[in-house]
Amino acid sequence: MTTVPRRDRPGFYYPKPPATWWLRRPNYVLFMLRELSSVFIAIFLVLLLVQIHQLSQGPAAYAAFVERLRSPGWIAFHVVALAFALYHSITWFNLTAVVQVVRLGERQVPPRLVAAANFLLWGVVSLVILFFFLLGG
Amino acid sequence: MSEETITLEVTRYRPGHDREPRAQTFSVPYRKDWVVLDALNHIKDRTDGTLSYRWSCRMGVCGSCGMMVNGVPKLTCAAFLRDYHPGPIRVEPLANFPVVRDLVISLDDFMEKLRRVKPWIIREVEKPVAEGEYLQTPAQLDLYKQFSMCINCMLCYAACPVYGLDPVFIGPAAIALGYRYNLDSRDEGYRIRQPILTEAVGVWDCTFVGECSVVCPKGVDPAAAIQRSKVAGAKEWFMSMLLPWGGR
Amino acid sequence: MPAEEGYRHDLLVVGGGGAGLRAAIAAAEESNRLSIAVISKVYPMRSHTVSAEGGTAAVMRENDSLDTHAKDTIFGSDFLADQDVVEAFVKEAPGEVIQLEHWGCPWSRDPDGRVSVRPFGGMTVNRTLYAADKTGFHMLHALFQTSLKYDKIVRYDEWFATSLLVEDGKVCGVAALNLHDGQVRPIAAKAVIICTGGAGRIYPFTTNAAIKTGDGMALAYRAGVALKDMEFVQYHPTGLPGTGILMTEASRGEGGYLKNKDGYRYLQDYGLGPPTDKPVHRKMELGPRDILSRCHIQEHLKGRTFEGPYGDYVHLDLRHLGEKVIDKKLPFVRELARNYVGIDPVYEPIPVRPVVHYMMGGISTDISGKTSLDGLYAAGETACVSINGANRLGSNSLTELLVFGARAGRAAARYALERPALRSNPIAQLVSDERKRLDQRFLRADGRERIADIREEMQNAMEKGVGIYRNQAEMKETCETLRKLRERFAHIGLADRDAVFNTELIAALELECLLDVAEAVAHSALAREESRGSHTRTDFPKRDDARFLKHSLAYRTPGGSRIEYLPVTITRWPPEERKY
Repeated sequence: MTTVPRRDRPGFYYPKPPATWWLRRPNYVLFMLRELSSVFIAIFLVLLLVQIHQLSQGPAAYAAFVERLRSPGWIAFHVVALAFALYHSITWFNLTAVVQVVRLGERQVPPRLVAAANFLLWGVVSLVILFFFLLGG
Repeated sequence: MSEETITLEVTRYRPGHDREPRAQTFSVPYRKDWVVLDALNHIKDRTDGTLSYRWSCRMGVCGSCGMMVNGVPKLTCAAFLRDYHPGPIRVEPLANFPVVRDLVISLDDFMEKLRRVKPWIIREVEKPVAEGEYLQTPAQLDLYKQFSMCINCMLCYAACPVYGLDPVFIGPAAIALGYRYNLDSRDEGYRIRQPILTEAVGVWDCTFVGECSVVCPKGVDPAAAIQRSKVAGAKEWFMSMLLPWGGR
Repeated sequence: MPAEEGYRHDLLVVGGGGAGLRAAIAAAEESNRLSIAVISKVYPMRSHTVSAEGGTAAVMRENDSLDTHAKDTIFGSDFLADQDVVEAFVKEAPGEVIQLEHWGCPWSRDPDGRVSVRPFGGMTVNRTLYAADKTGFHMLHALFQTSLKYDKIVRYDEWFATSLLVEDGKVCGVAALNLHDGQVRPIAAKAVIICTGGAGRIYPFTTNAAIKTGDGMALAYRAGVALKDMEFVQYHPTGLPGTGILMTEASRGEGGYLKNKDGYRYLQDYGLGPPTDKPVHRKMELGPRDILSRCHIQEHLKGRTFEGPYGDYVHLDLRHLGEKVIDKKLPFVRELARNYVGIDPVYEPIPVRPVVHYMMGGISTDISGKTSLDGLYAAGETACVSINGANRLGSNSLTELLVFGARAGRAAARYALERPALRSNPIAQLVSDERKRLDQRFLRADGRERIADIREEMQNAMEKGVGIYRNQAEMKETCETLRKLRERFAHIGLADRDAVFNTELIAALELECLLDVAEAVAHSALAREESRGSHTRTDFPKRDDARFLKHSLAYRTPGGSRIEYLPVTITRWPPEERKY
């Protein structure tokens, strides 16, 4: 089916979203925070790569690098990055529940249950890593 | 005792006369069982006959009366004055759309996009009517049912910042409806429809703000439809990289 | 033809609801040589078909038969249906609902994958297909979305047809106002199908949407076509007080009870018993709508209804069905009751009262949807092809718009294929006259009468004179009020003189249509001196087959409607007393 073309008349008013559009609703702000979180996570990952590289440069270089990370600025950065990583992970796991339809026979598993399973798995993996870390430390 | 009233700040825009919209204030009787649409009808019937807006079924199913109420996209036939008491209540045309006049927005863009996703059953061979219905179990129906509940009210587009910033995005409702047919056991049009949904202005434009699903008055969850289409598209792309020689 | 001069098609459908879209698709499938247009004052998916809830009747099961469906329909109509038309209707119904299934309509299903059927008022067996309780919504969207695949169907969305163009006794298109620029242009066509739905808005309290203003009926009426059986107006027994929002009959089909203020299932006192826990076909709450609405008034007269701010009401009790059944079969009822009266039917009974729902009457057509005016066809609620007679059975109307929408589409297509090309000059002249009329009447006039005042007085007069119970004195008074309102309408004054999206002008045009339709209803009712189906007279309480086993035809004259009569077609079911 086709519609009779209706030329955009000059009478139309075309609204333009202001630069502050993302402050209009709480969900927009949360969304922007999630986008922003990737910046911190990216910096953290680059840092991790540098750290691994330093490891290959010998114990002294590595120790010096680690020493530099002990500065208040870097610690503050890591706290913020951790907060963002947690925020990103939580929203991500909630999202997968929406995205991934899990069916058991005829019935769809409620998304909340899928999210809960995700979080449980995440917790278990974290604990295992922590265990090895403490064992090794 | 005089009757209690509530104030509405209503956007007015006269094409050809106004350069941009302005707000006009009206005072209407405050009744607990009135919705914002009742207040607008009161203004039109009793105060100012020039106020323009769309409405019809006043029971939340025709999809005509979507507007911004205090900055949130709402069906005004389901937005009760009592929930905004004591006011004032700001009533504006749906965000992100060209304004035709007052509270009336242009749907031309959506109508074109809806058609683009081919929201109809596509069959390689049509079954003759005389052979009866296609069998479809309740479970198969449940798969797509939710996405067939869209009333095209446009609240999701008004809530979508991606659409506001770049109107080429096909947008939540149209994608959800395309996805609905992809999920229908009677349909064989996936190969035709999926490339349209996953083209540049399709699902990949979506950054998953998720607000479309929040404002949807019918629980359609277009955000889920879009994300699931992304997963399906990504899976296919991945498989085609792994098995470039694989058939279709 | 350049846009200023108008547009030209072979076939034009006025109205984009269920009947209009079905007609357009049928015409497109009939011939690919036709240019087809659909003009609608709202976007098609806003059409009022969207509000239909309960279901669509068709014979689908081995325990059912075409004859039973026909018999139920004829019995329900109080023998005023044309039986040859009913037979064609029940025969083509199953094919149409299956066609819609093939087009993607999400009918509710049985575990084996077949479409489900539920019981409905006045039907002997389960034969009502449904898509939960949003059947009309799903049908309309399936039809609309399917219509999008036909390139040769051209749509004029948000155009209002203001008059039929008639030359040499033949229709040659419509004059139409484009809401988006305020211009009146001709849309020429060799055949026109009117599918504009009902006119519930002639009453103050109705399930009908704001757009149900009888526009198409008025167009035909003014062009000299008769409106048939207009006195038959259906009150649905269960609407929400105040808003008139429909609580579908399916809520009773699924087993809901109607109770008076003593919690008593009062229908057993009116010959509809005995009461049973589970619904029994055609008994108690599954009685036909006209009878149930009258029972409500009787209960009220006995002082056994509740009193509320929006009039008396009774209870529709669904609590015993349980949350699971309500959510699966009646989710929209739950949503509407919660939103609009703040009541959750899982835990509380819903307040309901009778509310104007459907016009059995309409533009008089034959079995193919053809009217007495050459080239003019009609289908759906706006038409009266005479399957509903004096009372329509629930779930027959959605089927009607499919069966007769398709029939009208095919018939009009064949007619258009044979008709020679239209001449431009007379069309241009007719439209120029129409422009002048609208200009002088509405946009240059400085009258002081307000649209809302006249509309309200008309609605109140209709409720008073031609409501559920009627008598001669009150109907005469209503006819007189309508005559005066028509005079006052000549002095209407509009504040809005703008061209773009002038909804006040549209409201005035709609009011003009409402007044025409109201007149036909009141005059037809006054002339029918008997009680039959939904037309109940306290001064003539009995059915009178000797005088009135016939259709009334209302013709427009300057002094009101002139009423003539047309015999009813009886084939295999001779009239008998209608008892349930």
